Amino acid sequence: MKLRKSAAAVAAVAALSLAATACGGKEGSAGDKPEGPDTSGSKALSYDVKKDAAVDSAVFEAAKKRGKIVIGAKADQPYLGFQDQSTKEYSGFDIEIAKMIAADLGFSPKQIEWKTVDSGARETAVSKGDVDLMIGTYTINDERKKQIDFAGPYYHAGASLLVRKDEKDVKGPETVRDKKVCSIVGSTPLQNIKKPKYGAKVTELSKYSECVAQLLNNQVDAVTTDDAILMGYAAQNEGKLKVVGKPFSDEPYGVGLKKGDAALQKAVADAIKAHQESGDYKKAFEATIGKSGSEYQEPPAFTDPK
Amino acid sequence: MSANVLFDAPGPKARVRNIIYSVIGTAALLGGILWVVLRLSDQGEFDAELWDIFNYTGIQQNILDALIATLKVFALAGVFSLVFAVVLCVARLSVHKPVRWVAVAFIDLFRSIPLLITIFALWVGLFGSMTPFWALVIGLTIYNGCVQAEVLRAGINAVPKGQMEAAYALGLRKTQVMASVLFPQAIRSMLPTIISQLVVTLKDTSLGFMVLYPELLHSARLIANNTPVNGVYPFVQTVTVFGAIYIGLCLLLSSLATWLEKRGRRTKTGIAVAAAAEPAETPGVLDPSAPLGPSTEAETTAALPGVSPSDEVDKKD
Amino acid sequence: MDVLLDNLSLFREGFFGTLKLTGASAIVAVVVGVIIAGFRVSPVPPLRIFGTLWVTLLRNTPLTLLFLVAFFIVPKVFFPDLDSFLLATLACGFYTSAFVAEAVRSGINTVPLGQAEAARAIGFTFTQTMRLIVLPQATRTVVPPLSSIFIALTKNTAIAGAFDNVELFNVSKTLSNDGYDIAMIFLWITLAYLIITYAINGLFRLMEHRLEVAR
Repeated sequence: MKLRKSAAAVAAVAALSLAATACGGKEGSAGDKPEGPDTSGSKALSYDVKKDAAVDSAVFEAAKKRGKIVIGAKADQPYLGFQDQSTKEYSGFDIEIAKMIAADLGFSPKQIEWKTVDSGARETAVSKGDVDLMIGTYTINDERKKQIDFAGPYYHAGASLLVRKDEKDVKGPETVRDKKVCSIVGSTPLQNIKKPKYGAKVTELSKYSECVAQLLNNQVDAVTTDDAILMGYAAQNEGKLKVVGKPFSDEPYGVGLKKGDAALQKAVADAIKAHQESGDYKKAFEATIGKSGSEYQEPPAFTDPK
Repeated sequence: MSANVLFDAPGPKARVRNIIYSVIGTAALLGGILWVVLRLSDQGEFDAELWDIFNYTGIQQNILDALIATLKVFALAGVFSLVFAVVLCVARLSVHKPVRWVAVAFIDLFRSIPLLITIFALWVGLFGSMTPFWALVIGLTIYNGCVQAEVLRAGINAVPKGQMEAAYALGLRKTQVMASVLFPQAIRSMLPTIISQLVVTLKDTSLGFMVLYPELLHSARLIANNTPVNGVYPFVQTVTVFGAIYIGLCLLLSSLATWLEKRGRRTKTGIAVAAAAEPAETPGVLDPSAPLGPSTEAETTAALPGVSPSDEVDKKD
Repeated sequence: MDVLLDNLSLFREGFFGTLKLTGASAIVAVVVGVIIAGFRVSPVPPLRIFGTLWVTLLRNTPLTLLFLVAFFIVPKVFFPDLDSFLLATLACGFYTSAFVAEAVRSGINTVPLGQAEAARAIGFTFTQTMRLIVLPQATRTVVPPLSSIFIALTKNTAIAGAFDNVELFNVSKTLSNDGYDIAMIFLWITLAYLIITYAINGLFRLMEHRLEVAR
């Protein structure tokens, strides 16, 4: 009897180690076709790390002390905030913005601890201090301003629609009546499209990429969210999806930070401004979302922090 | 009652009939599986490229990290929940009314709240700030501790009353009776059920996705969402691989329970060992009418109504 | 108090969402569970194997994984236009059916041997023995564990909230995103779950009582 138990244990360990080591083990990143679009592409970009950064902020002091700044990012939005599952590396426009800010605060890219935060958990993660900064297609709005503060905006996106390449009926928000439109739980474009004016049937999931998977499966007819995000998915699934219609809302992206931390808010805003002036911003844009077909636009004017 | 009591040993006619049923049944089963496989392969789900993603060392490392993260939570939550269960169980059987009330209320409350909500509430900071890891561990500990406490209580109730009386007669104190007479026997007889509940604990670590803890299922979702190949998201593939991992882990634990059950049957304590296959989810019913009143002999010794392990025990005695 | 009054319709929607999902899944679980339990004790080996496989697979898989199967694989195998509520019901129902099957099987095991033997002696077939003699008597012992299985089911429906279903947990997340005090939301949601679980418990107590009288 004892023998059988230990045999089972040995078998289990063997199976696990087999799973881990067998199959030869290829290097590189899975899913990327050799000649396919480069979703990372931003490795050439680098920013000078400021040595003597000092900000009168508790969050900053804590980060300085631990030698790492914790930044919340999205992991499933190609060209914006994307984590390659085999290298575990993040890439995209938001990631570049984060690196710029980190550099000006005195943290090299190696000193950034990335944390994947889903849309629905962003306010919680920031206000709890799970992350020092949240940079992930984060629209500034009054509802959220009640819980956290924003620095920015650093980019203006607008809600749009993603459909399959062969879709003929859906051309814009006016043509989604009785169509199945997918977005994530509680997102603003979803609330909009649900209104009687548009009259769409909505499907609510917890990740945009799950919506895109359902779109490719013919389970839904369209996905709605910010155009920059949709362009990324269209580019990732080349030849199968397209973005239609003019943006029907205004989504200013900001950097989320803990409420009441005015010093850090200013430091982050200054960092973005400095990099916009130095041209880093434009370079980063062209290396990331520029590749997915988004037009470069002049950085938006900053809103008053208060 | 074993299965063969339900039908006669088949005669020649019945044997033919059973063979026909067997053939039809097998054909239907295989046909169903084949149909699903064909449907999926029609849509290119079995293309080598889609499965190739698991050949990358990066992905394998990713899965291994997630597995370790899952096991870490499971190990801590498993141990903590058992310790917590002993405490709760002692409180539940205490002779002091208020202590007993608090224990009953606590157990009833947390057994009826979805674990997902408990974990989420812990994480967003209902009781101070908590990292995802600890929110998950503590959430699992509270819920499974409550369930295990009820299992232990059923086990203690199944210990013949004479044992306790004899122990008191020998001059042992309450703590000694609990620690050296009741608990060892309760744990022994309930071990299979305890392990079944540990399987539930292991499965429930997957609720970590809600609080962004990077466990197995979290990594499964990210892999499925982030590595589309030629416009196909590899859900079928990741579900197959991660499903196999979960089932393997759980079966390993369950087989331990079955083995213990078999071994337990051979011992001569006179206390039946609960069936391993018994209540894996919530062994006890939520029991609003459970006696809150004064402690009577009947209360502590009578089997808890509706608790299946003790039902099982009664039947076998 | 504000949270509840401000969002009464949302809470109501969530409450009935949970109730609807629990009810529908419970029906699926009982029907499938009894059939699978029958398979597991049947004289036909492939059915026995199927029953065992069903229970083993479903019991050892996390429900969230089943939801992924339901929402991303099932529509591929069948057709894409499947309703979210239906998919969630199937996921919860099938998962729970494995537990129901186990409860029914151990219920069957508690029916005295003589009953089945007597049934066979007067010439009943397997189906007749099960339907007329064994299952009705097994009901009595199956009811108490069923009650805890259904309470677990009620709580498990919370996972459906992340997959296009409006239920209590989904509502609590929406409200906490809207910035309401999490403690208050938690309180009301807990109360709603307590109402449902206590109702199930009460219902089953009543049933147990009835069955006792019938003995």
